Formats: sequence, C-alpha cells, structure tokens
Amino acid sequence: MNSQVNHKAAGAGGRSNADTPALDVERIRKDFPVLNQQIHGKPLVYLDNAATSQKPQAVIDALTHYYAFDNSNVHRGVHTLSMRATDAYENTREKVRQFINAQDQSELIFVRGTTEGINLVAQSFGQAYIHSGDEVLITAMEHHSNIVPWQILCEDRGATLNVAPMNEAGEIPLDSFEKLLTDRTKIFSVVHVSNALGTVNPVAKMIQMAHNRGIPVLIDGAQAAPHIEIDVQALDCEFYVFSSHKMYGPTGIGVVYGKHELLDAMPPYQGGGDMIASVTFEKTIYNTLPHKFEAGTPNVAGVVGLGAAIDYIGSIGLPEIGAHEHNLIEYAEEKLLAVDGVQLIGTARNKAGCVSFVLEDIHPHDVGTILDQEGIAVRTGHHCTQPVMDFFGIPATSRASFGMYNTKAEIDALIDAIHKVKEVFG
Amino acid sequence: MDELRELYQEMLLDHHKHPRNYGKIESANRTAEGYNPLCGDRVTVYLLLNEDVIEDIAFEGVGCAICKASCSVMTEVVKGKSESDASKIFGEFHDLVTSDTDTEFDADSLGKLAIFAGVREFPLRIKCATLGWHTMQAAITQSEDVVTTE
Repeated sequence: MNSQVNHKAAGAGGRSNADTPALDVERIRKDFPVLNQQIHGKPLVYLDNAATSQKPQAVIDALTHYYAFDNSNVHRGVHTLSMRATDAYENTREKVRQFINAQDQSELIFVRGTTEGINLVAQSFGQAYIHSGDEVLITAMEHHSNIVPWQILCEDRGATLNVAPMNEAGEIPLDSFEKLLTDRTKIFSVVHVSNALGTVNPVAKMIQMAHNRGIPVLIDGAQAAPHIEIDVQALDCEFYVFSSHKMYGPTGIGVVYGKHELLDAMPPYQGGGDMIASVTFEKTIYNTLPHKFEAGTPNVAGVVGLGAAIDYIGSIGLPEIGAHEHNLIEYAEEKLLAVDGVQLIGTARNKAGCVSFVLEDIHPHDVGTILDQEGIAVRTGHHCTQPVMDFFGIPATSRASFGMYNTKAEIDALIDAIHKVKEVFG
Repeated sequence: MDELRELYQEMLLDHHKHPRNYGKIESANRTAEGYNPLCGDRVTVYLLLNEDVIEDIAFEGVGCAICKASCSVMTEVVKGKSESDASKIFGEFHDLVTSDTDTEFDADSLGKLAIFAGVREFPLRIKCATLGWHTMQAAITQSEDVVTTE
C-alpha cells in the first residue's frame, strides 16, 4: 500500500550545486498523478504551490486505505478499528514531533490549518495574557490570517496592534522592528516565509530580540514547512503554526506547536468532546495536553494523510527539496528579468518558494487567463496580503510558486507564455 | 489562441488602453463604488442624473483589461439614456456574457457590447465584465454599500 521509495540520489546528502540536481525530478513527477494531464491541449505546468501543493500517490493511498480499512473514531471505543484509528492519529503526532523537532508530543495540536491555528493562539493566549493597554506586534508583510485574528483580539481586549515596517526589497529592517518591542508588547507574530514576496525572515534573530525583552513569539510557518527544515527547539519560538496542504498533505489539517508550559496555562479554545477529563453540570475538568485543545471528532483522515506527506518528504529529503527549489527561483528570476517590462515584487536577499512579478501595466488577472490557456497555473491577485499590495502601490501580482516536482523546462514554458501575453496586449 | 484573440480583440484593448469617460464628475449627484475581492478590481462610477436621464457618466479605478474596457463601453452606451433603458441594456449585456457559448446573439442590437461575447469562453472573467455595470446600478439606486461581485 505504502509505496515509499527512497528517491535520494546516492551520496546526495548535502546541498546540491546548480548543475547537478540532487533530485530525480522526473521520477518524483510520476508520484503525482495530477501532473499527468493536459490543460487546453498543453501539458499542465503547476506553479501555484504556495496556494496548495499537489499530493503524491502515497498520500492519496493513505487516505483511501484509512477509509477503506481503518475508519473509526479516535480516543473512544475499545474495538479494533478505534484502536487502529487512534494509533494512526497519534503516530502522526510523533511524526510531526520529529518533523519540527518538538520536545514532546503534548506540544502539538491538530487544527484545520494555519488560519485556525493562529486564531487558536490569538484567542486562547490573548484571553490569558493580553489586557487593555497591551500591544501585539506583527509585520507589514503578514497574510490576512496573521492580521485579522490579532485585530479581533485587540479590539476585544482594548489592546493596540503595532506593525513592524517593511522596506522596498520586502524585508523587515531589524532596527525599526526592535524599536517596536516595548514593555507593553505581549506577543510578536511573524511570517517565516512570505506567501506574496517569498521573503525568508530572519526569524531566529527576531525571536532572540523579542526574548531579550521577554516577549513570546508566534511563527506563521505555512509557507516555510514545505521548503525549509524547522527546528522549534533551536528557534526557541513559543508557537509555530503550519498547514498540511501546502506540504503535499491533504487540506483541512494543520498543526499548532506551543511550548508546554504556555499551552498548559492557556484556556481551551473550544469546548466539546475529547477535550474534557470529566463533565458535570457544575464543573468540567479539562483533558491533558494536547487534547485540551482538540474538541470534537478530529480530521482523522487528514492527520493520517499528513503523516504520509511527512514520510514522503522524508524519503526525498527537505534539504534537497529546498536546494532544488532555490535553483528554480534563481533561474526564474534571471529569465523573468530578461523579459522587457517585467518587474519583480519582492527582492529580498533570502527567498523561498515563489517569485512574484508584474508585467508592464497589464493586470495580473489578464496575465493569469492567458497563462492558463498555455496550461500554466499561477496565482494572480493580492494573495490575501492587501497591505503588501498597498505598500508597493499595485492591486495585484502574478506569482509563480514552486514545489519539488517543478523543472526549469516549466519555467521556460512560463517565460514563453509571458511573451504571448505581451503579444496579445501588443 | 483563438478564444484569447476573441476575448482580447482590438476594440476591447483599445477601450482598455484609452478608456472613454475616465475620471471624476465634480457635479455628480450619484456615485457608487464597486469591488471584486477575487482580483482586487475597484471602480467608482459617477452619474449626473437629470430627472431619470443619465446626462453624464464617468468612472475611475483599477482593474483588468476586461473590467476597464467594459466600464468604458458602458459609459458610452448609457450616456443620454433613461434609467430604465440603462437597466435594460445591462440586462442584455448580462445575458450575453453569461449565455452558453453556442447561443446565437443579435450583434446588431448589442452594438459595441458585442465585443464582450468572448467573455463567455472564460466564466471566471464574467465578474470582471459586469463589475462596472453592477456599480452603475448601485449608483442609480443609490445603494450606500460598496458593491462586490461576490
């Protein structure tokens, strides 16, 4: 059932160089059935991985196998299927622990995705620690999902939301960031890798600077998890949140990592089954971590699929994936800049995952329609980062975002299609 | 490329690059704002209504080629028309862009609006083509809310 194959090229332990890809991409592509199709008579070129990645057969098989053989509810029932479902669910928690090097499984909460994860922390941490007059700090490059939950919280608590500014390259200058860390700052929440710009923020340094003032930090890792090795103990962040569906797993499942002592001190996010130890009408005693934060029947199949995705990524090697994608970004930037009229949006020194661009004054929506006719899927729009678009004075960008299965030939196809756009618009 | 050529035909691109009636009407007695959250298109439509006649109309904003061209052509075809005639024309336009691709349409009665027939091949772009019209309707009925295509 589980068709795990070790794809690592022999001896490819470290980073690859530009000329010798460490990944057997053609073989990897065969693991992703969706890639094998034509769109408008052209081979599909899927460059929308930052929106959601495609799923390897191993993940699809894991979901099918779970529903065909093991489906049951978890943490209840003494029958065999319930035991199998519970084991599959909890075994994945251990896989996640290893994936981000958390200290203990109790620090890992399954949620619907990054958005729900940030809402969980904002509401629960906020209820316990954020009061009138306090400050929450975010940055100018956040996704709406790392803005709005804090706005809701601040409004509710009478707190102030501060925003660390960004420069023209799409980086957060650390000196201006540091000035906004005050005695009133109760939490700092920042994106690890920007979904709109590709910027990799220096989160280790930022966490250290926040900690110097005793401020806890949440890292939005939605765009980092598929590209960068994460070690939450080395980072020492209080919270790290990410989604399964952007890292080759199913939709509808994500993870909140939180330091045990903080999670323990925080009130539940939702009430219901599974999050309790005992209930009477007079008093409810909450379950232990992580179950205190997992009310109701969870997305068991999603968790099983996430486990398969972690296994699959492990069989390829995240450093090798990251190096391959880094080559793709460099190649794409070079080719894009060679096209007259292309302007890159986001020119940070350290980027991962995507390149965002505008083409003359042609609206990205028109670009997207024409690229689609060439079989090329890119994201066009504001990428749920309207403040970032406002900063650059544009309504939208076109974004090509990469995964382990993308190739330089696909970037060539993108460039050819961009020339077609220019042709249509004369 | 054929569908693309039909969508982005010359007259449409001309209206995109040189939009007619673009800007603000200082003496406007009706305005409305339209917004398409999918792509960030944002237009404001200004109307000068005299009794029920659209004496003047203009628009401004940011949008894709289809949105901008559609606003531009709209201002041309409804200027001087009565409110009810403008609504009727919107109805015909709406029917055109949302009809099946094999449906015959009366190019003569649609006039300039016929250049938007290509939108039918691209269902995701219908909202781009209709945003300005919905906004004009809101201006006529003086709805306070920002019109969205959602």
